[in-house]
Amino acid sequence: MIQTPEERRPPITPQLAVRVAILGGVALALFAVVFFRLWFLQVLSGDEYLARAQSNRVRNIVVQAPRGAVVDRNGAVLVDNRASTVLQVEPPRMPHNAARRSAVYRKLARLIGSSTASRPCRVADRPVIRVTGVECEVERQHYAVPFSNVTVKADVPRPVFDYVYENRRQLPGVVPQRIFLRHYPFRSLAAQLFGTVGEISPKELKFRHFRGVRQGTVVGQTGVEYSYDRYLRGRDGATRVSVDALGNAKGYLRQRPPVQGKTLRLSVDLALQREGEIALKKGIAAAHTNGNPAQAGAFAALDPRTGEVLAMGSNPSFDPNVFAKPIPTARYNALFGKANNFPQIDRAIQSAYPTGSTFKPITATAGLEAGTFTPDTVQDDPGQVTIGNQIFHNAGNAANGPVALRRALQVSSDVFFYRLGAWTNNQRPAGGPIQTWAHRFGIGSPTGIDVPGEVPGNLPSPAWRANRNEQEVKCRKRNHGRACGLGDLRPWSIGDNVNLAVGQGDLLATPLQMAVAYSALENGGKVVKPHIGQQVEDSVGKVLQQIEPPPARRIPIGAGNRQAILDGLRLAATAPGGTSYDVFKGFPKPVYGKTGTAQHVGQADQSWYVAMVPDRVRPIVIAVTVEKGGFGAQAAAPAARLMLSQWFHVKKSFVAGTSHTR
Amino acid sequence: MSATPIQASTRDVTGSRERALLLDPWLIIAALGLVACSLVTIYGATRRDVPGNAYFFVERQGIYAAVGFIVAMFVTRFDYSRLRDLRLGIYGLLVGSNLLVLVIAGATRGSRRWIDLPFFRVQPSELGKVLLVLALAGFVVDRARWLNERRTTARIVLLALLPALLVVAQPDLGTGMVYMAVTFMLLFVAGTSWKHMTALVALVVIAASMVLVVAPAAGVHVLKPYQVQRLTGFLKPSHDPGDQTYQINQSLTAIGSGEKTGRGIARATQTNGNFLPEHHTDFIFAVVGETHGFLGAAVVLALYALLIWRTLRILTLAKNLYGALIAGGILAMLMFQAFVNVGMTIGIMPITGVPLPLMSFGGSSVLVTFISLGLLQSIHVQGRIAAASKGRALIL
Repeated sequence: MIQTPEERRPPITPQLAVRVAILGGVALALFAVVFFRLWFLQVLSGDEYLARAQSNRVRNIVVQAPRGAVVDRNGAVLVDNRASTVLQVEPPRMPHNAARRSAVYRKLARLIGSSTASRPCRVADRPVIRVTGVECEVERQHYAVPFSNVTVKADVPRPVFDYVYENRRQLPGVVPQRIFLRHYPFRSLAAQLFGTVGEISPKELKFRHFRGVRQGTVVGQTGVEYSYDRYLRGRDGATRVSVDALGNAKGYLRQRPPVQGKTLRLSVDLALQREGEIALKKGIAAAHTNGNPAQAGAFAALDPRTGEVLAMGSNPSFDPNVFAKPIPTARYNALFGKANNFPQIDRAIQSAYPTGSTFKPITATAGLEAGTFTPDTVQDDPGQVTIGNQIFHNAGNAANGPVALRRALQVSSDVFFYRLGAWTNNQRPAGGPIQTWAHRFGIGSPTGIDVPGEVPGNLPSPAWRANRNEQEVKCRKRNHGRACGLGDLRPWSIGDNVNLAVGQGDLLATPLQMAVAYSALENGGKVVKPHIGQQVEDSVGKVLQQIEPPPARRIPIGAGNRQAILDGLRLAATAPGGTSYDVFKGFPKPVYGKTGTAQHVGQADQSWYVAMVPDRVRPIVIAVTVEKGGFGAQAAAPAARLMLSQWFHVKKSFVAGTSHTR
Repeated sequence: MSATPIQASTRDVTGSRERALLLDPWLIIAALGLVACSLVTIYGATRRDVPGNAYFFVERQGIYAAVGFIVAMFVTRFDYSRLRDLRLGIYGLLVGSNLLVLVIAGATRGSRRWIDLPFFRVQPSELGKVLLVLALAGFVVDRARWLNERRTTARIVLLALLPALLVVAQPDLGTGMVYMAVTFMLLFVAGTSWKHMTALVALVVIAASMVLVVAPAAGVHVLKPYQVQRLTGFLKPSHDPGDQTYQINQSLTAIGSGEKTGRGIARATQTNGNFLPEHHTDFIFAVVGETHGFLGAAVVLALYALLIWRTLRILTLAKNLYGALIAGGILAMLMFQAFVNVGMTIGIMPITGVPLPLMSFGGSSVLVTFISLGLLQSIHVQGRIAAASKGRALIL
């Protein structure tokens, strides 16, 4: 056999031997690495991976519990639920590849009939991306509430719902769901009071109020939905399912059915609430006919014995049903922004205003109890008075002649109360008797109502003024001398107390605070804590828990003094010459009431009226205010009359007064 | 005195029964052992994949293995040395078939890696592994005398690069890398100087960094983004639990959860729930790890160790350079595929679509591996005949 040189080779050259040895060594090393790695994975951290495999396989599916209903004091349903089919997006399960994700979103947009065009989208401080509107909205909401699904469309038609369900592999991350949505049969009625619901946010999870609530639960965000969330919430059911990689259920491991939330009965009277909102609208309309640009207002009606809120409303209002469906940011801003005068603000507790003359009974109580004057002290009212170096006028400079307390309240003599303000002025930090008594009546501090977001208002005093000025000085230092608007750097003067005496100046109070203060006058010194929740019931109306009215504070008002003030209020509403006499003329129940006309610099006056009817069975105190509504008798008082008519089942008519007093 | 053993041994090897005695039994044991492991594992992984037929994949893999075994036995009977004369034809087949795949894929506007034949479909890139070994080994032998010239090394590398690029374009990056590993090993075994080997390694490193880092930065995308992500994803598995690294994480979970002795076929939730991707092909080793634990994985690895040891030994027994080179090429093919695949499932190697030889489901891969084993046996038989004819004692 002839061998070519190429083929002829020694059995094994030393060089080859070395290289084979190297190969063997490399193989050995590689095997060692693999074995070490396997040992680490399977023996050393096997438990951890076993746990991971288990959690891979088991999925907890939350079955949403319907929230409890909210009913009025007579059992009429105010808020309940309706079932809805929705499409949600689970962002973490969307494709990670941007192009593929956008394709899914475009498909989704076509399904729900929204635009498939891309447009610039800004999510918080991330760089602007060009995506479809749907994707943009999902990104925004996912940013705001991470770890939860984003609902992109509610009330999805059945065919679309079924299509998505059957094609869920082509639509990864899109979840068709049946959920319960809050339903408001009376639409905008008492919307601020009921409040809204929404998925719990990461911040809220840390609230004590929501202790024990799990991520993804729908909780009350505002109004009674928030304050009584504990009862209304119910308990979500849980189903543990073993699944495969596509999320298909392979078997149930454990099931816990959802428990519906409990029914909350409010002290609100549906008919009165409704009438109050209508009356407020009519009051605003009446203000318009008088040339006043009214566009907002509020009312609060209390049972003066207990502090039960019989009605409380704010105008403008909104239809909370819009929240049932996903609402784009732009539309949200349009609906709830400045253009619509911020309808989500509950002006009965979240807006504080100067109260005008409705404050006078408080001034009177202070003066009488401090001994500054007696119910029979007569003063001359020439229409104006000079205090310090300032001249203070009556409205329209009307002169009332010699007046005592009763008459002063009846005709709402400003001069009478200006003098009281001057007499009771005190440069002590806490101020004089007016501050003391206003504070006792609850002015300047939250009433403690069981609805969140209440503002305290403001009760001006020398100390308050000093504090504001101090802050202004500090702020100006930071701002290089520019004014911050926190204070005018003027110290407390007698003029401040004169203004406070007639509910002007720096005084700010909410309609509810005024209702509470008048309730204390009506019931003889009990400062009630207003509340709206009455009892918790199960779904068939069985009482589970009575919500006890919180204890009231007592303030010591002398019986004679109180009677004099009540007499004045009675005269004001029912005697000829009274500021609201023409409004309540012929009203079959004894009405005690005070008009108020609060002045704001540079805009129309604010119309106020506080009425009380001390009935043995159905006593009531109503405070009404109309922003920029003009004189108290023109807008607020007629609205109060309509509400009283409803409460006492009297024929309703809108009777505007003519009194041009404050 | 010296003639007797020659005659004796010549007579010995003429009959097929005697020839069978010259086969390497350990190689056969390793191969059959791996096939058995493969069938058991594939049954566990796929018994619910085809409704009504729990043995759908097992049957097919069994048939592939049986056919492969018969083909291998057939290959054993030939002297591999004759294939050297066919090197140009083999090379032409290698390039032509892979080109054909590209042409067909271009015509049908899809990416595909196989050619449909009347009864089955072939994956030329798979078959190409063994074709490349045979052709390239032939070319190296041609240039054996000028091995230390730079031209030789360059020529061999370029000859290999052509089919490798065709395969990468299919796109099948993993197999392309197998081709390059084979080439490197052929040069290594042939005795190319360390200087050249080092230069080649440096070249690979530069090319890789160009493709993965520099080119994308300059806006040129040589690899598809998913390929880059696969190649780099294993470096940071928790970084993106969505797409590519999802596979790695599921694979690690499967293997880890197997612990020492495994969860058994019925309780292997990662496999049964389809959390593990490609559970009967690329990630079959993860199935072994989950169902049979460290023990099962160790058995499979031991069989590969046996396979590699015997291959190395056959390399040293080859009667000529061509045989040694073929054995070296096959060694590279087996080792590269085994370590890259296993490394991928345990998270220390990038994800490449490289099958685990004899374990992964797939006709072409099984067939090619058996042909390779047949060639190894042929080298073994020829080596022993040559040794016997020279009167050399075998060193076991």
